[in-house]
Amino acid sequence: MSVILDILASVGMWEAVLRIATPLILGTLGVLLCERVGVLNLGIEGIMTFGAMIGWLTVYSGADLWTGLAAAALAGAAFGMLHAALTVPLGLSQHVTGLGITLFASSFSYYIFRLAVPTASSPPTVEPFRPLPVPGLSEIPFLGPVLFNQTAPTYLALALVALLAWGLYRTPLGLAVRMTGENPHAVEAQGIDPIRLRIGTIMAGSALMGVAGAFLTLAAFNSFFPTMVQGRGWICIALVVFALWRPGRALLGALLFAFFDAFQLRLQTAVEGVPYQLFLMLPYLLSILALIVMARRARVPQALMQPYRRGER
Amino acid sequence: MTRVLELDGITKRFGATLANDDVSLHLDRGEVVALLGENGAGKTTLMSILFGHYTADAGEVRVEGRALPPGRARAAIRAGVGMVHQHFALAPNLTVLENVMTGTEPLWRPRSDRAAARRRLAGLAERFGLPVEPEARVSDLSVGERQRVEILKALYNEARILILDEPTAVLTTQQAERLFATLREMAAQGLSIIFISHKLHEVMSASDRVVVLRGGRVVAERATAETDKGELAELMVGRKVERPARPPARPGAVLLEAADLHVAGKGGAALNGVDFRLHAGETLGIIGVSGNGQTTLAGVVSGLLAPERGALRVHGAALRRHDVPHAIAAGIGRIPEDRNAEGVVGDMSTWENAVLERLWAPEFSRRGVVRRGAARAAAARILTDYDVRGARVDGRVRLLSGGNMQKLILGRVLEAGPDILVAAQPSRGLDEGAIADVHRRLIAARERGAGVLLISEDLDEVIALADRIRAIVGGRLSPAIPAERADARRLGLMMAGDWTEAETIEREAADAL
Ligand SMILES: Nc1ncnc2c1ncn2[C@@H]1O[C@H](COP(=O)(O)OP(=O)(O)O)[C@@H](O)[C@H]1O
Ligand SMILES: [Mg+2]
Repeated sequence: MSVILDILASVGMWEAVLRIATPLILGTLGVLLCERVGVLNLGIEGIMTFGAMIGWLTVYSGADLWTGLAAAALAGAAFGMLHAALTVPLGLSQHVTGLGITLFASSFSYYIFRLAVPTASSPPTVEPFRPLPVPGLSEIPFLGPVLFNQTAPTYLALALVALLAWGLYRTPLGLAVRMTGENPHAVEAQGIDPIRLRIGTIMAGSALMGVAGAFLTLAAFNSFFPTMVQGRGWICIALVVFALWRPGRALLGALLFAFFDAFQLRLQTAVEGVPYQLFLMLPYLLSILALIVMARRARVPQALMQPYRRGER
Repeated sequence: MTRVLELDGITKRFGATLANDDVSLHLDRGEVVALLGENGAGKTTLMSILFGHYTADAGEVRVEGRALPPGRARAAIRAGVGMVHQHFALAPNLTVLENVMTGTEPLWRPRSDRAAARRRLAGLAERFGLPVEPEARVSDLSVGERQRVEILKALYNEARILILDEPTAVLTTQQAERLFATLREMAAQGLSIIFISHKLHEVMSASDRVVVLRGGRVVAERATAETDKGELAELMVGRKVERPARPPARPGAVLLEAADLHVAGKGGAALNGVDFRLHAGETLGIIGVSGNGQTTLAGVVSGLLAPERGALRVHGAALRRHDVPHAIAAGIGRIPEDRNAEGVVGDMSTWENAVLERLWAPEFSRRGVVRRGAARAAAARILTDYDVRGARVDGRVRLLSGGNMQKLILGRVLEAGPDILVAAQPSRGLDEGAIADVHRRLIAARERGAGVLLISEDLDEVIALADRIRAIVGGRLSPAIPAERADARRLGLMMAGDWTEAETIEREAADAL
């Protein structure tokens, strides 16, 4: 028992929660955008991998860290455009397209990685984002280091939550996006082109997925290896359901998952005699439980996964 | 009179179908024009071109003298054209206000002004007598209220020309009357209105002028005051349509007997002690204002709902289990009220739908494997025998028009030769030609000796088809009166729950036997 309390009382634990949550926040927001406009994007796992690789490669070739993030966002948007081109105007299966993109983007990442560093046996590193203490606030005991001594992309992710919440619920564009996910015919009847809106939104969401991946190489691990995304993309897909398609709840879900993850990591080292795999399972088990509780209340976007064809009902 | 709208020589093809053929039409300020035509006449296509959903192959749309760019809904909205779609264009998970506001502000504005929008919506609701709750979720609204939202949406876009595509198809009679009163009010305030319909009585009562469309062409135009139902029916169908007459009944043994049926239905749909008998070779008509238990009654008799109290005896015995397979096995056939939701599986093929209810019959399956050949042959037979047009054995059923879908359902049910037929609103939404076909089939089934339980809101239909008529009010059935003694006033009384006259008549009829 005291082991658990020790872990919960440590600053390091809570600091890690926000760090672990950052890619999940970004990825979940990305999926959320796509689904709000009516398209499932299972390409996330691959797009994150590609974002991680391209972000790392950009910085490794001499550019600065922000250029690395921008490159990941652009690459994400490009994959988003591919996904959108296949699923929106052509109306192909969103499942199949998304999984295809995940397979393609993952392998393509490794391929480019090997072209760039053909021989290295241990992955070459870059100088990552450093914690950026917020002057004044970071001095607050406990809360200071936990909340205000994070890296710049973490602040960015938090700001994006607020921005997206505002965008979706307070702006005309956000309303049009939500309406497209509910009934694209209604949007069209109000004189807006749902196809263009879908393509644009999917690209924006996929750009966030790319940035989510780049966070892994540019702020968390400082090098790239092909399996590093490790199912985080799939977690994001589940988190969106948990979040009931709302940005604020997406933040909550990501934090909750990250909390369990940080907690089990520390348990692994603190508790002896229990196979560590059991602890590894913990966050996933709890996510499934949380999902079961939340999903019962879910109000799924009505047009999710329904291709829109002009003039057809 | 100022001319607000002109359609000039509109032509539109879909593959081999000529949906609109050189159609010209005009509309003046403050006028209500009915666009009358059978299903498939090209009404929706014409209005979709006007609204910019489709691009015409030829022809021009002019609003207040200025040509609209083709295929741009946005331009039509700007020019003051509003459309209330046949299938509402609403997002059920969003609020009324959100539905109305979408697309009305510049998209990139950093903040939408909900307060102003709410005020404006309230003002319009007040002015046109269309009360709505702006923060209500659309999924919580009734069909009538949703239509109100659609109309408000158009008004909010400052529509001066309002187009309604079959606005009454989903409404009850009372709701429809209310709608037409609203339309009148709007016309009085200077709006111009086109409503699409294939129902003669509403065209006669609600329009100033009628334009009749048949096979994609305008075949006639009449001032409503100078025409009548008979002429319009003939113009619309292109030949004289006569609904078939019913030969005298020769009632036989009791096929179906309900005793004291109770079901706790949701919201006014309960049955509170229903008794009736249905004989072989007769049609029993059940009339009533919707929401008084019709749907529940049809559900109980066809096995979908089990009664909580009371008994349903088929051929003198209760069903072994009260479910649909046992009801079908006992010889009960059903024509469901909502054919799209309960009658067919839209995305499955015609042949699959045609055998759906009899899939386990040895004719259609053997050792758990469907006999496709037999099933497809049966479907093909139904398509020809029942004159289902536009259907292929392998085509998806969703693409059929309402009338043809209903004929397919009729074929499926009647081919099984049921002793008892439950027909719920069998001609709802159908055009004159299709109604006549459906009536002919129902009469033929009765002639063959089946008992038909006809549940309908259409009084003309019930008077034409039923031998005895009862009203359902608050989940109870009125006494039965013979069809010969039914008139609008008497049936109105029965539906309103005043059964004194009906009781006398029933007693007289019993004494006469
Ligand atoms: N999108 C479409 N593709 C192909 N054919 C169509 C399409 N829309 C309508 N049609 C055909 O055009 C004709 C007119 O249809 P429609 O305008 O819907 O008639 P109405 O509204 O009068 O019932 C019908 O034969 C219909 O099958
Ligand atoms: Mg139509």
